[in-house]
Amino acid sequence: MTRSLRGGQAGYFFVAGYVVLLVAFGIVPTAYAFYLAFTNDRGQFTGLNQFVKVIGDYRFAPAFAHVAVYLVLWLVLLLILTVGIAVVLRGRMRPGLSATLRFLYYVPGALAGVASVLVWLFMLDPSVSPASGLLRALGFDTFSQVIAPENLPLVFVLIAFWTGAGGWIVVMYGALNNIPDEILEAARIDGAGPWKSALFVQIPMISRWIAYMAILAFAGGTQLFVEPQMLQTASLGRLDPAWSPNQLAYVLAFRYGDFNGAAAVSLILLVLGLLCAGLLVRRSGLFKVDA
Amino acid sequence: MKQRLILTATLAALAALAGCASADSTAAPTGPASFTPAPQNDAATVTVWTDSTRLASVQAYQKSHPDKKLNIVTYDGSADGSTYLQTKVQLFDRTGSGWPDVVFASPTDVTWASAPTGPNAQAFAAPLNQGLVPQPTLDNFAKGSLSPCEFNGQVYCLRNDIAQVVAWYNAKLFKDFGYAVPKTWQEYQALGAKVAKEHPGYLLGAVGDTNSHESYFWSSQCPAFSLTGPTTLRTDLQDPNCTRMATLLDSMIANGSVSKEAFFGQNFAQARGSKVLMAIGPSWHGQYLFNAAFKTPAGQIGAATPLAWDGDPTVATGNVGGAVWMVSSHSANLKTSTDLVSWLTTSDENQAGAPTYPAYAPAAKAWLANPKNSQYFASDVSPAFQAAASAVWPGWSNTRFSDATAWSSVVLPAVTAGKTLTATLPAWQTAIENEAKAAGYTIAAR
Repeated sequence: MTRSLRGGQAGYFFVAGYVVLLVAFGIVPTAYAFYLAFTNDRGQFTGLNQFVKVIGDYRFAPAFAHVAVYLVLWLVLLLILTVGIAVVLRGRMRPGLSATLRFLYYVPGALAGVASVLVWLFMLDPSVSPASGLLRALGFDTFSQVIAPENLPLVFVLIAFWTGAGGWIVVMYGALNNIPDEILEAARIDGAGPWKSALFVQIPMISRWIAYMAILAFAGGTQLFVEPQMLQTASLGRLDPAWSPNQLAYVLAFRYGDFNGAAAVSLILLVLGLLCAGLLVRRSGLFKVDA
Repeated sequence: MKQRLILTATLAALAALAGCASADSTAAPTGPASFTPAPQNDAATVTVWTDSTRLASVQAYQKSHPDKKLNIVTYDGSADGSTYLQTKVQLFDRTGSGWPDVVFASPTDVTWASAPTGPNAQAFAAPLNQGLVPQPTLDNFAKGSLSPCEFNGQVYCLRNDIAQVVAWYNAKLFKDFGYAVPKTWQEYQALGAKVAKEHPGYLLGAVGDTNSHESYFWSSQCPAFSLTGPTTLRTDLQDPNCTRMATLLDSMIANGSVSKEAFFGQNFAQARGSKVLMAIGPSWHGQYLFNAAFKTPAGQIGAATPLAWDGDPTVATGNVGGAVWMVSSHSANLKTSTDLVSWLTTSDENQAGAPTYPAYAPAAKAWLANPKNSQYFASDVSPAFQAAASAVWPGWSNTRFSDATAWSSVVLPAVTAGKTLTATLPAWQTAIENEAKAAGYTIAAR
C-alpha cells in the first residue's frame, strides 16, 4: 500500500516537467487560439464568422490542395519505404551491415529543419549541385525550373523523407525486434517465406507503431511551414507566400494584422489532425493496454 | 430524446450566430492619424534598423556625432518584397514595446506604417512635417520623390534615393559590334533580332528579377497598380500600354536576346555577366549590377536616356526601389532620430558618396559632381540620370501590398515554364486583384 503510493508520487514528479511545458507552450496557446478564432480584433464574439471568412479567402483552397497532394505522396512513401526497409534490415542482412545502414539513414535527421532545407537548396540547383548531371538529364537547367509550382510537393517530400525517414526506420526496426523469434520460427515451419512472414506476421504485429508514425507524420505534414517559407525567401519570391495553410496563417497574422483569422486557420488544422489521429487510434487499437 | 437534444443545440448555435459580430478587422481610419509622442529624453539611445548597404552611412553619423548614443541593427531592409519589418511592428504593437526608433525601409512599408495596425495601436511612422523636419527641407526633395511618403496630407518618411530606370549599355561591346544605342523601344526590339542573328548569346535585358516588371511595364505606362482613390485600385493589363510591352518582350525572349533568368540570380554573373550588351534598369544597376556583380571593367558602361515609343509623345520611365527612412512615433528621442534621418537623406557629407542616387535635389548635384560616382562609367551619366529622374511615370501607385509578389510567384514561374508574357497577363491580373481585395482595396472598373 505505502509502496504503491510512493511509486505514484514519483510518477507525478517525473511527468511534472513535461506537464508544465505542455501547459505553457501547448495548452495555453491553444486556448488563446480558441479565444481569438471566435472573436474579432475588438474582442467581440463572432461565432463561426472567422471560419467562414478564412474558408472564403482566395488562398485557402489552393493552400489546402497543395498540402493534400504533398501529404498523399509523403505518407504513402513514408509508410511503404520505412516499413519495407526496416523489414529488410531486420531479417535479410548481416547485423553489422544493418547497424551501419541504420546509422547512415539516421544521420540526416540530426540536422535541424532549416539546415536541411539549405542542403537541398544546393542539391536542387543545377549550377552548383553535386547531382547536376542527373538534374540536367531530367531536363532541369536552372533552379527556377526545378522549383516550378507543379514540382513543389515532390521537392518537399524529398526534403521531408531525407530528414525524417531515418528516425522512423530505427523505430520500426526496434518494433520488429520486439517480435519473439519463436513466432517467426513457427511461421517458417508452417511454410511462410520471407514475404509471407513480413505481410502476415511482422507488419500486423507492428501495426500500432505504424499507426503512431502515420499520426505524427500527418500532423507534421499538415503543418508544413519551414520548407516552403525558406524556399520562398531563397528563390526571391518564386513561391506563393501562402503556399501551405500554416503559411496562410502566418501571412494573415503578420502581413494583414489579422490574428483572429490566423487563429481560425490553425484551429482548422488542429481539428484535421485530431480527426486523423482519432480515426487511426480507433482502427489500430493504439491505446489498448495489453493484458 | 437524443434528437431533441441535437435540435436544441442547433437552435442555440443559430441564435448565437445571429447575434455575432463581424469577422472583419477594424478598418484603418482615413482621417489624420493622432500622434501622441512618448515622454522625450534627448539623451536616450536611438535604435536604428538599416540594410547592410547603408550601414556605413549610419556608422559615419555615429563617428561625426560621438555624443549621440546609437544602437545599430542590420536587417534585410525590406528588399525584394520582404515583410520582416511589418511582421515585427505587428508584434511590437501587440506587446506595446520594442519598436526601433529609426528604420530604413521600402516605399511599400510606408503604406501600412502610416496607419495603425489595430484598434489600440498608433501608426508606426511619425508624421515628419509636424514640427520635426522644416518645410523648406521637404520642398528640396526631387519633384514627386516624396509622394510615396505622403498620406492624408502628412509626410511619413524621407526618401533616401530614387531609382529611375535608364537604358544601360556596354559602350565597348556596342563599338566592337558596330551597333548604335537604341533610342526607342522599336529600335531596341530590332536590335534584339539583329543580335540574336549576329551574336547569339549576347543579351539586351532579362525579365527574371523580382523587379523586372518595374523596369519594363512601369516604363511602358501600363496601368497595373493605379490607385484611383485612397482605397480604389484600377488594374488593366489588357490596356495597349501593357500588351505592347508584353508582345515586345515575348519576341525578344523567343529569339534569346532577352533572358528569362534573373540578373541577380545565382550563377548569372559568372555564366552570362560578360555577355550583357544592354540592361533596362534603375540608376543603381551601374554600381551594383555591372561593377559589383558582373565585375565589368571601368570605362565600358554607359547610361542612355529612357527609351521612347514611336508615335507616343510622352517619355516615361519606371522606378525600381528607392528606399525611405522612417522615424518611429513611439521613439523616446525624436530629436536625435529626426536629426539622423535628415543627415542621412539631405547632407552632402553623406549623400555625395552614397551608393545610390539621392532623392534630395541639392545632394543629387553633389553626388553627380563626385568623381567617384562618374569615373567608373564610359561617359557622363548625369544627362541620362537627370532626364530619367523627372520622367518617372506617376501612374504606378504605391499600394499596401508589394507589386513584386504576383510578378515573382505567378508570372515568372509561368514564363520559366515556357508560357509567353502575353498569355500570362490574365493570370497576373487575377493575382493582383486578389491581393488588392485581401489588402482592403475595391477594384475599379477597367
